[in-house]
Amino acid sequence: MKNAYENEMKLEFLSKSCNESFARITVASFVAQLDPTIEEIADIKTAVSEAVTNCIIHGYEDKEGIIKIECKIFANSIKIEISDNGKGIDDIEQAKQALYTSKPEQERSGMGFTIMESFMDELKVESVLGVGTKVTMKKIINKGVTYV
Amino acid sequence: MQVDYNKKDKQLTIKITEEIDHHSCEKIKKRADYEIQIHLPKKLVFDFENVNFMDSSGIGMLIGRYKLVSMFGGKTSLINVKPAIKKVFEMSGVLKLIPIEENKNMGGAKVEECI
Repeated sequence: MKNAYENEMKLEFLSKSCNESFARITVASFVAQLDPTIEEIADIKTAVSEAVTNCIIHGYEDKEGIIKIECKIFANSIKIEISDNGKGIDDIEQAKQALYTSKPEQERSGMGFTIMESFMDELKVESVLGVGTKVTMKKIINKGVTYV
Repeated sequence: MQVDYNKKDKQLTIKITEEIDHHSCEKIKKRADYEIQIHLPKKLVFDFENVNFMDSSGIGMLIGRYKLVSMFGGKTSLINVKPAIKKVFEMSGVLKLIPIEENKNMGGAKVEECI
């Protein structure tokens, strides 16, 4: 059976804050095969870190749960899906607003979704209350390069 | 994390030596607040020379320390910020409160006021 994607990987880990660096470094190493620039790698690492932090702080509210990451490579683009089975987001539009945070007492900046949106080329957020949240991000690598 | 306090200038320099995310912020926050409360600096400088990664958790953490130092009239600034991290700072607008000083200054050397 031929796969629709050229390469893909799946990752599952516990919602512990020490796994944040593990998650972003793993995704960055997987993306390396597309030969990204240092800036593109930094963008992806930051976006993944934001999404995983959201799962830990907001999705599971520091309780233990499983965070899943799926990465798919197609041509020169990478699709990253990060999902949790946490409490879900009530109002996605409000959550995406810059500087909005549901946890101001924790010194959160409210910049998470804004950074994901501007560092990646596409961002989609799906959420069901009590079921979980899935963030899908896409980035085209080596935009300047023309493929024949 | 290396901390240096210059008594003469009342300048506290905190050199962060790890990636800044939600996980590492707790530790940095605790140590920084402890040092700030002991010294009550007029000037707090975060040295980013050894920081290769920062997400938005770092912004929240820095604003928290900025507020603390501001309570007794101190100023906060950043030095040696790498381009990838500068991008995160620029997006957040936090540089209006906590500017990046262009001059490379190590330890407790006097830092010229940034315009």
